[in-house]
Amino acid sequence: MSAIVHAPVPARPAPALGTGVGAWLRANLYADWKNALATVIILLVAARYLPAIYQWAVTDAVTARDPNACRALAHSGACWGVIAEKYRFILFGRFPFEEQWRPLIATLILVGLLVVSALRRFWRPWLGLVWICGLAAFFTLMHGGLLGMSAVESARWGGFPLTMILTTLGIAAALPLAVLVALGRRSHLPAIRAVCTVYIELVRGVPLVSVLFMASFMFPLFMPSGYTPDVLLRVLAGIILFAAAYLAETVRGGLQAVPAGQYEAAAALGLSYWQMQRKIVLPQALRIVVPGLVNSFISTYKDTSLVTIVGLYELTGALGLALRGDAEWRQFYFEGYLFIGLIYWIGCFAMSHYSQRMERALHTGNRR
Amino acid sequence: MNSVPDHPPPAPATRAWSWRSRSFRGLVWQALTISLLLGLAWFLIHNLLENMRVRGIQSGFGFFSQPTGFAIGESLIAFDSQDPLSRAFLVGFLNTLRVALLGILFTTVVGVTVGIGRLSRNFLLRTLCTGYVELFRNVPVLLQILIWYFVITDWFPEVSDAIQPVHGVFLTKSGMSFPVPVFHATHAWIAAGFAVGLALAFLWRAVARRAFERTGLRPPVFWPMTALITLVPLACAAFGTPIELDFPERLDAAIAGGGTVTPEFLAVTIGLSIYTAAFVAEVVRSGIQSVPWGQTEAAHSLGLARGLTLRLVLLPQAVRVIIPPLTNQYLNLTKNSSLAVAIGYPDLISISNTTLNQTGRAVECIAVAMAIYLALSLATAALMNWYNARAAIRER
Repeated sequence: MSAIVHAPVPARPAPALGTGVGAWLRANLYADWKNALATVIILLVAARYLPAIYQWAVTDAVTARDPNACRALAHSGACWGVIAEKYRFILFGRFPFEEQWRPLIATLILVGLLVVSALRRFWRPWLGLVWICGLAAFFTLMHGGLLGMSAVESARWGGFPLTMILTTLGIAAALPLAVLVALGRRSHLPAIRAVCTVYIELVRGVPLVSVLFMASFMFPLFMPSGYTPDVLLRVLAGIILFAAAYLAETVRGGLQAVPAGQYEAAAALGLSYWQMQRKIVLPQALRIVVPGLVNSFISTYKDTSLVTIVGLYELTGALGLALRGDAEWRQFYFEGYLFIGLIYWIGCFAMSHYSQRMERALHTGNRR
Repeated sequence: MNSVPDHPPPAPATRAWSWRSRSFRGLVWQALTISLLLGLAWFLIHNLLENMRVRGIQSGFGFFSQPTGFAIGESLIAFDSQDPLSRAFLVGFLNTLRVALLGILFTTVVGVTVGIGRLSRNFLLRTLCTGYVELFRNVPVLLQILIWYFVITDWFPEVSDAIQPVHGVFLTKSGMSFPVPVFHATHAWIAAGFAVGLALAFLWRAVARRAFERTGLRPPVFWPMTALITLVPLACAAFGTPIELDFPERLDAAIAGGGTVTPEFLAVTIGLSIYTAAFVAEVVRSGIQSVPWGQTEAAHSLGLARGLTLRLVLLPQAVRVIIPPLTNQYLNLTKNSSLAVAIGYPDLISISNTTLNQTGRAVECIAVAMAIYLALSLATAALMNWYNARAAIRER
């Protein structure tokens, strides 16, 4: 009888370390040869160009308001002096220089309103009232003519306040219109549905520039003779009509996401059409589309840069106004562009992150 | 015991017609809306006619046959200022199309690359692609076009010291010059060869697919198709067709020969492509991520490598999700090409604007430009609906 020998199977080697810095580096930088190649190429390119960019933007840059020092650089370094010299003109346009505290405070009020409205804690009925007061304060400060402030006509408004008010009023006025049009597009009444569909498709099919040209050249022709509305008002009307069509599609998405059972339950309770929309459907639909609304807000914020084409001096236009006529600083547009690009970027980036957070908070994204 | 009615319940009595019935109220609402809109239209048109009479503006589209009266900086077809205005609009339309088509090409290449790059395992590549998206989509496209235009016209060198990144390509303040092939009549053979090669390639694909369905073996498809498409025209070219390139040359004050594009065209195309590519990248990324994770796991457990998983499993399913928003981005790019007016590239809107300033016919000029854009958008939307109907997953 042969003895049974129990030879234990040799222990397997411990698995490669799955956590820690080394493992992270391996998984993310050199998992295989293709991965490693990509890492090497990116590092080489960075080593070639990053120091040059740093040198241009920091080491060799001129921050003093000295156009001669800037010109001596011949673009080998950035001339931040142009921003130090012109930032008030870029931010506030042709608003009278001594009075520029007014647009500053007005803009702060507007930004404050937006920030407050972004917090869910403040989504209460009185928020509407706060908005009306805030907008009234904005226009009082900008227009003046009372409380001892000198009157400043809207043609001299410019820069960042103009960008902000075009965006805010554009979206605020477009939203109610958009809700009506979205409801109309889902209506069972064929004539109303047709009108709303044609409006949406018509506006979404043409570029904003053409709508703005229409606002600035055609609107006066359509008004009773002798009456020409202010150019700011006309452009605002164009932006509202344009934004409403896009917003309506966003809102329609929200309406479609409300389960059919909600409509049926509301009908079973005997609610009329408008009661059903106001009390049951819209509160749910609008909540769902908050991220979409923020995205529309971002697009409108960026799109306001186009009004410079029809002669309103918001940020982009004010920069042109500040530099075009000034032979000393004219060559330093690039730095100026970077400056307003940064302003736009901060606004858009903050809003898009807010929108993403909101999307997660409202459980509307398809979770993975 | 269930109570079973011994006769069917009586049919509900048809409600007598009433002023308060739902259908009648619906009719009232619609009549009200229509009459309001008609009233508004009447008011606007009445004002328009009144204003035009007061200001002595004529109406009608007859002026499109008048001579243009202004020159156009760049044109794909022969044009001079004596040609009728309708031809000027055609030039503008072709210029818009040129920017749009080239822009769509570039933006697709860049966007798809960046979008896939955002899902890479490589940390640096992933971060770089995310940075690209966040940087370029959060700055207005008009600003980007203006920046490119300024950099080209102000920072690029004079003709005397033009940059030559590749032999035969010159970059200067006044645009880019590049070699173009000289056309010979015999080149038609190459085109014919290309068509034949294309047809053969697709025939081979069909044959290969049938073989795959019959036997389960996968005959090579990609390389034979590439070979057919490239080799057949080359074989045609080998029969004595001269191929020569017209290289641009640097003269004293200018660069002559070859093909050239203006700084305006460059700025618009680059600006639009880079901006839209950030959105395309997001569309591609979210499309790929919309494919359920189980599909990736299933592919891995079948032993497919990462590249094959992407090509054979994820992309075919993602394409359905990607195509509609992608088309939207293409339409956006086409509509945004109207920003060319800001730097004086003669696109449709810019021509319409100049005409408006010269003739004062605001309504007609803007209406024509809008109608053309609208037609482009609606045609694309129709095409898209057709595609969606075809590509949608048939559910039970």
